Amino acid sequence: MTRRVLRFTVNGQPQEVLVEPRRTLVDVLREDLSLTGTHVGCEHGVCGACTVLLDGDAVRACLLLGVQAEGLEVTTIEGVGADGAPHPLQEAFRDSHSFQCGFCTPGFLMTAVALLRDGAPAGDAELREELSGNICRCSGYQSIVAGVRLAADRMAGS
Amino acid sequence: MKPPPFEYYAADSAQEAVSLLAEYGPDAKVLAGGQSLVPLLALRMSRPEHLVDVNRAAELEQQRSDADGLHLGALTRHRVTERSAGIRAANPLLSEAARLIGHAAIRNRGTIGGSIAHADPAAEMPTVLLALDGAVEAVSRHGTRQIPASGFFESYLTTALEPDELITAVHFPPWAPGSGWSFTEFSRRSGDFGIIGVAATLRLGDRGTIAEARIAISGGAETAVRASRTEKALIGQFPGDGTWIAAGCDALEGLDLPADLHGSAAYRRHLAAALIERALRLAHERIPARVPA
Repeated sequence: MTRRVLRFTVNGQPQEVLVEPRRTLVDVLREDLSLTGTHVGCEHGVCGACTVLLDGDAVRACLLLGVQAEGLEVTTIEGVGADGAPHPLQEAFRDSHSFQCGFCTPGFLMTAVALLRDGAPAGDAELREELSGNICRCSGYQSIVAGVRLAADRMAGS
Repeated sequence: MKPPPFEYYAADSAQEAVSLLAEYGPDAKVLAGGQSLVPLLALRMSRPEHLVDVNRAAELEQQRSDADGLHLGALTRHRVTERSAGIRAANPLLSEAARLIGHAAIRNRGTIGGSIAHADPAAEMPTVLLALDGAVEAVSRHGTRQIPASGFFESYLTTALEPDELITAVHFPPWAPGSGWSFTEFSRRSGDFGIIGVAATLRLGDRGTIAEARIAISGGAETAVRASRTEKALIGQFPGDGTWIAAGCDALEGLDLPADLHGSAAYRRHLAAALIERALRLAHERIPARVPA
């Protein structure tokens, strides 16, 4: 098994790492680049904890090989908001108590970042459908839906 | 778990992928969206020696709608099939089915070619392909061939594809004007595979009776299956609740539904009959209103 040089962009920074092809993107982010904000839960695409943006689209980082990101742009939770200037979704999650243990939070936030960029669903049913790929074992989901809705309303200026 | 070791090749074109498959055939797997293959690798249920990644073969991403029907390049992502206005106009059943695949993040990566090649009997895309008598375009070093859906799906996760063949496109015949459609499925949780799913289209003749019905069922056998006998029996019938209910019961006769931890055979029979009834009713409601001449 030949290691390969992977060149890609993470949160706007060019990166170059030597990886085994079997290394998943989430392991490249966490183990090779020490970006541990992206959590890894089930490792087979069920829980959504590892959701990141690949060229702007929300994807499961455990279902991509790191080498597949060659030449592409990855955004992780570390690339959302900044110290002292959180993203509106992060503020809304804080204000709505949208997390308890926090394990699922980065995945939910990345899913929601992509969702709100494309325009928030008008109805709660569709919003819940769009968020249904992320599992939370603490909150009962109500506060998460409320947080995304609050952020959407604030971003729309209402 | 982590995937087992393999050699990885990023093919820049379908031609390059075909050459790699010619060399490694049975020991190679094609990596498209990876939403089924990568979990199988992570669970070590699949251990290919060579992985041929086709995601950089741009020619596999093309879509075209013309007089011959809808042609989707094998790398067409489910999210595109779900959201593209052109695909929805050309084949509304396909768009509706794509929406039911996994979750948004899965649909952003998963591809129609991958889903067809994987051939999960509960999956939506094979069921639609079968319902509409579509075809698969496959390429190998020996050339290109079209494989009709009726001869493509052989058994659970098993297709007529040879180890050195690559799916390059999936074809759907022209949408029959005046058709109504529905993809109706039941799953316990949003995004799960349906326990039973039904793809249906319906078209009426001049006298208001059924001129054509298509019914394909997912999750009911080793592959998706057509309810051919029921389709024929519906022709000439008047649309209505009695007809839909009778069709649901009738289709059960041709099905040997399995039992597993998700449901007993009796439960699946109940579900299949109910979903066929619902799918036909909804397809009928969606038949476009006739424009007065």
